[in-house]
Amino acid sequence: MSGFIALLRRDLVLAFRLGGGPFLGVGFFLTVTTLLPLGVGARLELLGQAAGGFLWVAASLSALLSLERIFQADVEDGSLDQILLGPLPLEASVLAKALAHWLTTGLPLTAAAPALALLLNMPVAGYGPLLLSLLIGSPALSLIGTIGAALTAGLRRGGLLLSLVVLPLFVPVVIFGAGAVAAAINGFNPVPALLFLGATSLVALVVTPPAAAAALRIHLS
Amino acid sequence: MVPNITLDARDLACRRGERVLFSGLSFSAGPGLTEIVGPNGAGKTSLLRILSGVMASAAGRVQMSRGEVLLEAGSYAAVLHYMAHADALKPQMTARENLAFAAAWFGAGMSPEAALERLRLSRQSHLPVAYLSAGQRRRLALARCYMLARPLWLLDEPVASLDAAGRALVAELVAGHVMGGGTVVAATHDALSPDARRVEIA
Repeated sequence: MSGFIALLRRDLVLAFRLGGGPFLGVGFFLTVTTLLPLGVGARLELLGQAAGGFLWVAASLSALLSLERIFQADVEDGSLDQILLGPLPLEASVLAKALAHWLTTGLPLTAAAPALALLLNMPVAGYGPLLLSLLIGSPALSLIGTIGAALTAGLRRGGLLLSLVVLPLFVPVVIFGAGAVAAAINGFNPVPALLFLGATSLVALVVTPPAAAAALRIHLS
Repeated sequence: MVPNITLDARDLACRRGERVLFSGLSFSAGPGLTEIVGPNGAGKTSLLRILSGVMASAAGRVQMSRGEVLLEAGSYAAVLHYMAHADALKPQMTARENLAFAAAWFGAGMSPEAALERLRLSRQSHLPVAYLSAGQRRRLALARCYMLARPLWLLDEPVASLDAAGRALVAELVAGHVMGGGTVVAATHDALSPDARRVEIA
């Protein structure tokens, strides 16, 4: 357990010292969200209706932005060998790194989302489900992304490939996340969508550690 | 307690893609210094990775024993430290922070300060590793190895990019470890000690 915390703390420190850490993702989130109304035009009604979907797409793109960093630097500077030789099972180390990614991207994105929803004129009924859906669903983005990051860890310029691998897997998360917000805005019950979102996150939590660890082992051998 | 670790390699083989780097490699490295020598690309780094357990051997096996007692297959990582060719240091963290992480991660035999002092890096202790020269980074990686105080050291080119004083320091460090009963296996182009056992791979 002390190893888990040591690795988590190290990754958090590195995230903050490398290119602004959480603020980079939030800045990207903000920029994409301000671009959307410019593309859609000043139709407030339409914008408010689609706000949940917009925010979820923007959030998953922002999460994607920092995925490459999860393993790339550790592979390049040889730290991955030391992580493998440490006392913690590689599966637990993977989980620590996914958690560090969520704390520095998913959580700040969730915190920033209500302010951005205001910019998009989202109806009041959507705020609760938006926050909840991001809180429940963004861990799935980090977890699924960690698998992709592990698969592409050894590749030069793996970033593009990483997005091709990961974005299709984000589909259920975005569908249920945006679905919960849309349901609430239109007066339906958002709970079923939130439950599906929770199930997606739990599946990702179970699948990611062994899958990402296996991918890293293939890379190391 | 005298560490007294013996490493026993039997019929190791390494294949990279279609190419066989070495095969049928057997040797035994008890307490003392064993140098792995061979030309560039012979597979010295791959051999060390296999010995450390980071990489699987294509054939054969590695066994370790403490005195006469065979160690359990899963427990090798706890008795060794593998100092790879890459320094495994984080440029955004200070020298001391890098060692402190290693201490928390592996469990250390001494404080980071003592290890930094031994490798003459006390003045650089609060500098980010990004500001250190290649030789200083190498010394910092050695400081980590010294700090962890594992019985078996696997060193990949320990004197690479070090000046004469640095080389002498490494030789001294290795001699000290051997004197205490430790085992060192080093892949190197420059002999660390004239009395070392040599394993040649071609």
